[in-house]
Amino acid sequence: MAEKAKKEEKNRNKNNLFPENSSGSNGGNGQNGDIIAFELAKKQQEISIAEFFEKNRHLLGFDNKRKALLTAIKEAADNSLDACEEAGILPEVHVEIIEMSEEKFRISVMDNGPGIVKEQIPKIFAKLLYGSKFHTLKQARGQQGIGISAAALYGQLTTGRPIRIISKISPNYPAYYYELQIDTSRNAPEIIKQEEREWDAAHGTKIEIDLEAIYQKGDQSVDEYLKETAIINPHATLIYTNSKAEQFIFARVVNELPPQAKEIKPHPYGVELGYLIKMLRNCEERTLQSFLTREFSRVGAGTAKEICEKAALLPNTKPQAIERNQAEKLISAIRQTKIIAPPTDCLSPIGAKNLENGLRKEINAEFYTSTARPPSVYRGKPFIIECAIAYGGKLKSDKAVTIMRFANKVPLLYQQGACATTKAITTTNWKAYGLSQSSGALPVGPCVIALHLASVWAPFTSEAKEAIAHYPEIIKEMKLALQECGRELTRYVNKKYRVNDAIKKKSYIEKYLPHIAIALKELLSLSEADEKKLEEAIKEILEKTRQIESLSEGEEAPDDGRAPLGISGSVEEELEDVGKPEEDSEGHKRKKGRKRQGEMDESEEFEDNDL
Amino acid sequence: MMMNEEMLKKIRELSEGLYNKIMHRSKPQLSIPVRALSNVEYNKQDGYFEIGPDKKTRALTVNTSKTFAQTLRMLALSKNLVETDDIATKREAYYVSKNWGDARFLEQPESDMVMDDIEAMFMVNREQLGFIPEEKGGDVSGRLIVIDADPETGKEIRIDCTKMGTGAYSIPSSVEHLKFDTNAEFILAIETAGMYQRLVKHAYWKKSNSILISLGGVPTRACRRFIRRLSDEMKIPVYVFTDGDPYGYLNIYRTLKVGSGNAAHINKYFCVPKAKYFGITPQDIIDYKLPTHPLKDIDIKRVRDGFKNDPFVKAYPEWQKALNQLVSMKKRAEQQALAQHGLNFVITDYLPDKLANPKTWLP
Repeated sequence: MAEKAKKEEKNRNKNNLFPENSSGSNGGNGQNGDIIAFELAKKQQEISIAEFFEKNRHLLGFDNKRKALLTAIKEAADNSLDACEEAGILPEVHVEIIEMSEEKFRISVMDNGPGIVKEQIPKIFAKLLYGSKFHTLKQARGQQGIGISAAALYGQLTTGRPIRIISKISPNYPAYYYELQIDTSRNAPEIIKQEEREWDAAHGTKIEIDLEAIYQKGDQSVDEYLKETAIINPHATLIYTNSKAEQFIFARVVNELPPQAKEIKPHPYGVELGYLIKMLRNCEERTLQSFLTREFSRVGAGTAKEICEKAALLPNTKPQAIERNQAEKLISAIRQTKIIAPPTDCLSPIGAKNLENGLRKEINAEFYTSTARPPSVYRGKPFIIECAIAYGGKLKSDKAVTIMRFANKVPLLYQQGACATTKAITTTNWKAYGLSQSSGALPVGPCVIALHLASVWAPFTSEAKEAIAHYPEIIKEMKLALQECGRELTRYVNKKYRVNDAIKKKSYIEKYLPHIAIALKELLSLSEADEKKLEEAIKEILEKTRQIESLSEGEEAPDDGRAPLGISGSVEEELEDVGKPEEDSEGHKRKKGRKRQGEMDESEEFEDNDL
Repeated sequence: MMMNEEMLKKIRELSEGLYNKIMHRSKPQLSIPVRALSNVEYNKQDGYFEIGPDKKTRALTVNTSKTFAQTLRMLALSKNLVETDDIATKREAYYVSKNWGDARFLEQPESDMVMDDIEAMFMVNREQLGFIPEEKGGDVSGRLIVIDADPETGKEIRIDCTKMGTGAYSIPSSVEHLKFDTNAEFILAIETAGMYQRLVKHAYWKKSNSILISLGGVPTRACRRFIRRLSDEMKIPVYVFTDGDPYGYLNIYRTLKVGSGNAAHINKYFCVPKAKYFGITPQDIIDYKLPTHPLKDIDIKRVRDGFKNDPFVKAYPEWQKALNQLVSMKKRAEQQALAQHGLNFVITDYLPDKLANPKTWLP
């Protein structure tokens, strides 16, 4: 939507830029009344972004009543978490849904953030495309400055009620209360009511929106969204009451905020021609060289000179004087110049351990593992992939794995199929990690896979921010992260089978060993004492083999846990007893062991019912 | 065949071997010949399936401890039976195992398998180990006197198989002690009880001076041994009369003539190498215009497996030709199909015709 808005602005500017051209050419052609273009021109007018939204609400995630509820809460909660983190405050966010009448709900979201100064409140909540995050390059949940005002507008359109905000910036200041509406034709806030109020919070913001919605539990519900939010934000406490008056408290498990994301200048590789021209026009630098070094990250004097040389431009050219075709040369010069990757302190990943802890507290499993990839870059924008896997326990083993997708600490619930995470998971070979998988499908097994993309600009497939676009660099990093976790998973699964095997073997010895002694006693008419001695001897023999077995098992399996089959001992050994694991490679043994559970006998070929 | 004393000695030797190994702290092992068609060779000279050299060795490990324990306990039971000159049926042996706690068998096929292993280990027939099958051998009537002994008094009893009325003499599970007296010209071994009944009812044995034996499907070991002894000791030719289908050829006839894969270790005694296949051949189906049924998938699979795995089929081009003929006709015919030409057509025409034309038989 932001892009469309920009485009419209461009069109408008075009009309304004060349008014004399159009009138001039028309003037030469005769009477104004004959020309259709003039008639048409009467109908051509500016479209307010707010009006545009009225007609295209699905673009921002308000396509149906159920999703509208989720989107409104998501926008409010994202803002709260962003604000708290920016202010260095451990977030505590209260979310409440109240059913007012059939399909009419009131949502309320309250945080302990830094609050908003009085003058800014109307614009932030009642003007679309107004915000602090669009023009900066650092990781944040919000990007466009459109979400919360869109939620307010949706509420206004469906219930006619204004959005209500109360905010306080310090115990020493009063809290301000606003009731706001959006004047959709002007895209400007309209203040219905404003006053100072008593509010016992030290600082923070609370908003209330009435809207038409449907509350439902399940996969794409508010409940699920907040649960996943708690997983990806283990440093936040979420207190959530749904419209059925059920309260969920997602408690904080990490008492440290993730590192603050720093704002960075754009990296030259990420800049396109139009944007470069705009930067050149608006900059205050005197020379091209200083423009390059000051306005971009990772460009020093040497690199700047190199770029200028390749573009055949003098380093002391005035940036404002650079023409379009020169700018084009500049772009291709940048592409040809080797520039180090952008700094990554603009990112605020949550950390592998924290993601794992988040998963641990909300998912009941028996094994957890996590990994964080080193930073990487797509289109000049740095990003980090983090991955965590929960396995076993109460998770269902006959269903496809559950995927939790996150972008900049925000759960993604819709459009799983279109998402880069799904692509990365389905193209990873999970059979190597002990899950079953048919080609091109999600793996099946008792598993939750969480993937997090942290980036200064997460590339979504739409403005509703539902799926991550398929950038090869991103998918590659995701796959590497999945493989790292997968290897840990294999190690665990193998160990689990080993322990089970050991227990089974022990019970075998205890159960059947005495019978061998009894039989030999009967066969050879031995005394009781001899029988005891015999039992001891058999036990020793078996314990000895067991040690050999566990010794050879102690060696770590090769990375993928599937050594080539058939490294077994001699043929005689193979025949001798198929269930015996010693000489076998890990994977081979386990496969056999499982298949042969219970029946220790060699299968025979019975080709007739011979008596 | 082995006497009880000899059997006991063998069991003792094996047990001592195991005992000594264990006391020297080394893994005891049991070595068992592989009993399967893949491990038999057709000994054309003597005419039976001979067991091959493949053996499986079962060493005592944690994973084999259950089977190992069961094998030894079964062996101990056998030793007990032989010592006391008692017998146990396969099913009884299975129930005895219920006293063995964790080592007990859960299903009879498990205990049968262990029993077969022991049998093969010593290369003996299970009767020598004191175990007998549930089923009896088969029904006999015709020109034969069986000389048996009274189980209580040991007095000789002469059983005249011509004087069984509408009933029959039934072959006991062990036939080694029997003696015979006969002047029959041939033995007719018949697959189905229905056909046997018809021939008995019309006293076909009297007309043809023969012995009639009902096999009742794949013949039991006792039945095979009984016919074998008649064939060897009395020098009577044996003709086999089954349904014209792969089961009749490859399961019933082949097992009777050369033995089976599963009993490979004792085929030498439990087969009838001189038996000839009499009917119904694929050619008979054509010659007698018999009504047929289509071959089932399992029939075709049986023939394929025969060509692939059965050394008997491989040894006889005649059989290969006959089986190919059957498969290309895609038809099979039952013995009773002869009733198409009249209920007693089999007695009046078919059997006399076949007897007069040995060229129509199969080896």
